Amino acid sequence: MDIPSGSPTAGRASRAPGMARRFLRSGQVRLGVGLVLATTAFALLGPLLTPFDPLRSVSMAYAPPDAAHPLGTDNLGRDVLSRLMAGGIHLAWMAPAAAILGVGSGAAIGMIAAFRGGIVDAVLMRTMDVLLAFPGILFALLFVSIVGPQPWLLILITAIALMPGCARVIRGATLPFTASEFVLWGRAVGLAPRRILVGEILPNVTSPLMVEFGIRLMLAVGLLASLSFIGYGIQAPTPDWGLMVSENRSGLSIQPLAVVAPIIFIVLYTVGGNLIAEGAARVIGRTEGKVR
Amino acid sequence: MRTATRTSEVATTDAGRRRRRRGRFLLLRLLQGVLTLLVVSILIFVATQLLPGDVARVILGDAATPERLAALRVQLGLDLPVHQQYLNWLGGVLRGDPGQSLVTGRPVLDMVGVRLVNSLTLAGVAMLVMLPLALLAGVSAARRRGKLLDRLFLGTSMIANATPEFVIGSVLVVLLGTTVWPILPPVALLPTGQSPLMHLPSIALPVLTLVIAGGAYLARLVRVSFIDVMSSEYIQMAKLKGLSERRIVYRHALPNALGAVIPAASLVAAITIGGIVVVEYLFAYPGIGSLLLESIRSRDLPVIQAVVLIIAASYFILNFLADTLAGGRDRRA
Amino acid sequence: MTGSEVEVSGLEVAVEATGALIVDDVSLRLASGHVMGVVGESGSGKSTLALAMLGYAKQGARISAGHVVVDGVDLLSLSERELRAVRGRKVAYVPQDPATALNPALSIRTQLTEGLGRRREVSLPALRELLRAVGLPDDDGFLKRRPRELSGGQQQRIAIAMAIAADPRLVVFDEPTTGLDVSTQARVLELVRRLCRERSMAAVYVSHDLAVVADVADTVIVMYAGQVVEAGPTRDVITRPNHPYTRALLAAVPSVGERHRLIPIRGRAPAVGDATPGCSYAPRCGFAIDACRTADPPLAATSGGRLVRCIRHEELAAKPSVTDRVPDLRAAAAGDGDFLRVSGLSAYYAGRQVLSDVSFGLARGECLAVVGESGSGKTTMSRCLIGLHGEQEGDYRFDGAAMPARAERRSASTRRQLQYVFQNPYGSLNPRRSIEQNLTAPTRDLLGMDAEASRRRAREVLDRVEIPAALLARYPGELSGGQLQRVAIARALACEPKLLLCDEVTSALDVSVQASVVELLRSLLDDGLSMIFVTHNLAVVRSIADRVIVLNGGRIVESGGTEEVLSAPTHPYTQALMTDTLDVPKSTSI
Repeated sequence: MDIPSGSPTAGRASRAPGMARRFLRSGQVRLGVGLVLATTAFALLGPLLTPFDPLRSVSMAYAPPDAAHPLGTDNLGRDVLSRLMAGGIHLAWMAPAAAILGVGSGAAIGMIAAFRGGIVDAVLMRTMDVLLAFPGILFALLFVSIVGPQPWLLILITAIALMPGCARVIRGATLPFTASEFVLWGRAVGLAPRRILVGEILPNVTSPLMVEFGIRLMLAVGLLASLSFIGYGIQAPTPDWGLMVSENRSGLSIQPLAVVAPIIFIVLYTVGGNLIAEGAARVIGRTEGKVR
Repeated sequence: MRTATRTSEVATTDAGRRRRRRGRFLLLRLLQGVLTLLVVSILIFVATQLLPGDVARVILGDAATPERLAALRVQLGLDLPVHQQYLNWLGGVLRGDPGQSLVTGRPVLDMVGVRLVNSLTLAGVAMLVMLPLALLAGVSAARRRGKLLDRLFLGTSMIANATPEFVIGSVLVVLLGTTVWPILPPVALLPTGQSPLMHLPSIALPVLTLVIAGGAYLARLVRVSFIDVMSSEYIQMAKLKGLSERRIVYRHALPNALGAVIPAASLVAAITIGGIVVVEYLFAYPGIGSLLLESIRSRDLPVIQAVVLIIAASYFILNFLADTLAGGRDRRA
Repeated sequence: MTGSEVEVSGLEVAVEATGALIVDDVSLRLASGHVMGVVGESGSGKSTLALAMLGYAKQGARISAGHVVVDGVDLLSLSERELRAVRGRKVAYVPQDPATALNPALSIRTQLTEGLGRRREVSLPALRELLRAVGLPDDDGFLKRRPRELSGGQQQRIAIAMAIAADPRLVVFDEPTTGLDVSTQARVLELVRRLCRERSMAAVYVSHDLAVVADVADTVIVMYAGQVVEAGPTRDVITRPNHPYTRALLAAVPSVGERHRLIPIRGRAPAVGDATPGCSYAPRCGFAIDACRTADPPLAATSGGRLVRCIRHEELAAKPSVTDRVPDLRAAAAGDGDFLRVSGLSAYYAGRQVLSDVSFGLARGECLAVVGESGSGKTTMSRCLIGLHGEQEGDYRFDGAAMPARAERRSASTRRQLQYVFQNPYGSLNPRRSIEQNLTAPTRDLLGMDAEASRRRAREVLDRVEIPAALLARYPGELSGGQLQRVAIARALACEPKLLLCDEVTSALDVSVQASVVELLRSLLDDGLSMIFVTHNLAVVRSIADRVIVLNGGRIVESGGTEEVLSAPTHPYTQALMTDTLDVPKSTSI
């Protein structure tokens, strides 16, 4: 994926306001936002509309699709459609929450590191290096086994896993602006550092932030679903897409729908996040005159 | 003439200074890495200490008498202060003896050894397949930029890039393992003590999963980097010198494009290590990833500590490799 | 003159998507051993023309018509394959920025020999000969170097060696000395002249710098909006310009030799595709009549053997040049230099000393120029004055009181009274804020004005720098470089400063725009503002500064009144600088 960094001359060809509108004019971004919103809506409304109780067996295990159960049944004879409808809600709120938390803290750290430089930069970024030296999934495995699969813990761990990468990218995007003339001017005439950071620099890194959010949302969905899949996320018998893939693997040759259906929804969600990121990156590339 | 010689001397010392600076930078990174690993080892140790459950009770079972529990604690050094326990453990690790498994009683090194070789084989085979494939795909797409092949590449690689490893693996199992066209074993069980290289069909699906997950990302990087290089001034210059298309692509563009991609390749290798946990679980492959899951389940602390440390260390080694290959330039700048 | 070696006729380069012409019907002839200068401001199509002469167009552009005949072969009629055989052998190119045009991954030797065709192993003696010809060392160690390991001047010499390696008939130089120091520039120009003469090659030398072209070229063509507007022998064209644009351009160029009023060209050059009926220069021309706006003027031959694209050229040639340089006699401000005093300033960068014991004073209302080449420490010095350079020692006194070195320790009123304008106009303003927001931020934050008052102030200062208030709602991306630099000056003025520090403020601007900014700064000096003007451009110094200090290697090597220092330099460094600085020959009105 393209991770462009902002450049101080970015504004040369672009108008500031309506950046969001310009993003939404990109077909890719629109498709991405559409996919994310549709998956989220399905996941949020689904639990209210399930035709059967997602926790109760209604038929024999791995029954093929029929009129009553259009997606068949799962390893314990539960209705796959009902579990599918009820199984996205965790992902639908936890992934964006983790992405917002991770991107927010990562961006703050990256911007402060770039702006302050020197020892602050060194300490912050080396700390991020330590976190990066620890695959997110290991982190999650350790802490989930200590504390248990609490939603707040899963969100926190996912956010911490997303943070260091985001901090690096945003630091890179901020760096050219910290040396740019309008920031030098602000520092020289004595604008407050917070005012420069929030008022002058932040509006210039909104585009890379948009890209970051897309990417990190995609990674958050991936990590949370993977955790459920290996049994360290949402626990059985609660319906959950990642868990469904794991539960129904043994019946793959008889009833592949029980695995394929949740997979499709997970992929729609992550692809949506990636499309937002790519579309946004492309919009930035165009305004910077870079051809991708 | 005289001035030119003088400036060339200046340039020589510049080159020397650059080499020295590069050496210093790498040394600094090495120190930083060791320090990072130290911090990570503390984190691992503390985290494992926090794991619920009394180790002595895990070993002896619920029926054990208080005296026997206490005796075992002394034997395992659990009665010592935490920092003493950490130092003992660290000393053991540095001597190459990370202790004994609480569950099997075997030395951790023996348990991890075989599994580590298996995992490295899996990751190594995956990288060997992935690198040339990603290079070929990225360069081909870049050279046909905007054409059908490029669009096709962009679409499929975008989806592959967005999809978590366990989903890619599961889809492959549906397609090639069980349902659609079952030609490959859906699980990668190995007879104990045999190299995975003797059972290539068994590891085909896990390798393929890793190749797709990492290769899509890498190929996209190659494509972008190649396009960037091809629109550079020095490629325009090469065209204006009347060089052949072949020479421009292979001699002028490719080395520079690779220069940007090689550090990323080791990053992909690092991502592959993270992915290996899930992939090994998915295919029941006897590597360190599945060992980690098993030992977390059975609260086998020494094994957990060793495996996590190994994974963190390999992350560090790959990062250091990336820094070295990036020519000592700070690639995060 | 011998027979024409190079003949270009009806050459057109168009934007692929829209068909708009970037280069519009250019014809020229050039004899071997001669250098033709191509002069124009940014956007005039001069670089596109240079590339088209090698049968090359950048991505998105296409050579749509014409012939480029070199040594009897029309490059534009060749197949891609045949063209490759001709490039490097018959026609060669020297790029503007060798730092990006040389391949960072390949050795000097590889890059020098690969141009020489299928003979992979070019004889080593020949290669050494070539390096000596461009004034570079010829040892093996040097041949193994990568471009990164060379200085800017050396890189440019390598690029020139690459171009002449196969003894081409035509070499196209695309601004090869832009970005080099004057001393390096002087030596590269000498090399170009010598090589063309010795090897009897024809050369096209593209530049925005009239003084450079006057120095190197035998004949010159002046480009405007993709067209040739005037062509002829260099000396004639520059001393007796016939086209109104050439006249205006010359009136805007500052001179090292004497101070005179710079006359900017009003309006903006048309962008590609902004086709207006009639003469493309008419909207900005002081001589335009109704007929100019209806029909395209032809490129007509004059009696003096020149080509001019102006229907009134005969009248104008007869008219004494109204753009004759007006001597400017602004009285130098006198004073004891106590408004700002810098004593014993030394500064370090990563432990290396870049400024040593710099001391100077500035009188109220005075303009002091700080002159230096790259590496002289002038940038560090302006960073020190701004208060943003960490490693420094020395004392400042400003307006009668001690001033701390670091910006955050300075008092609010000092920070307000000491204002800055920077080199890069595109980075000076926050691109994500409108012009009005950029202007009101300082007055609200530093002067504590309310929204209404600061908006009023924004309007006032914008008016002072002659920018229409209609641009208040625009964003920096929509303004030209000259307009942005004026807004940056306006932002400084909004704080009611007493001292303005200008750091290379004109070096990114075209001459016609530079003139307007210099004139604006001069009028501010007349209003009583004090100024420190950091620059490498001696001609600009001559036209604005009262006093000069010359920095070399982090030390002041000479200081004094502008007149004395530039007319009778005493330090060898300043003397060399003055010798190497080129000046446009003075126009002679009939």
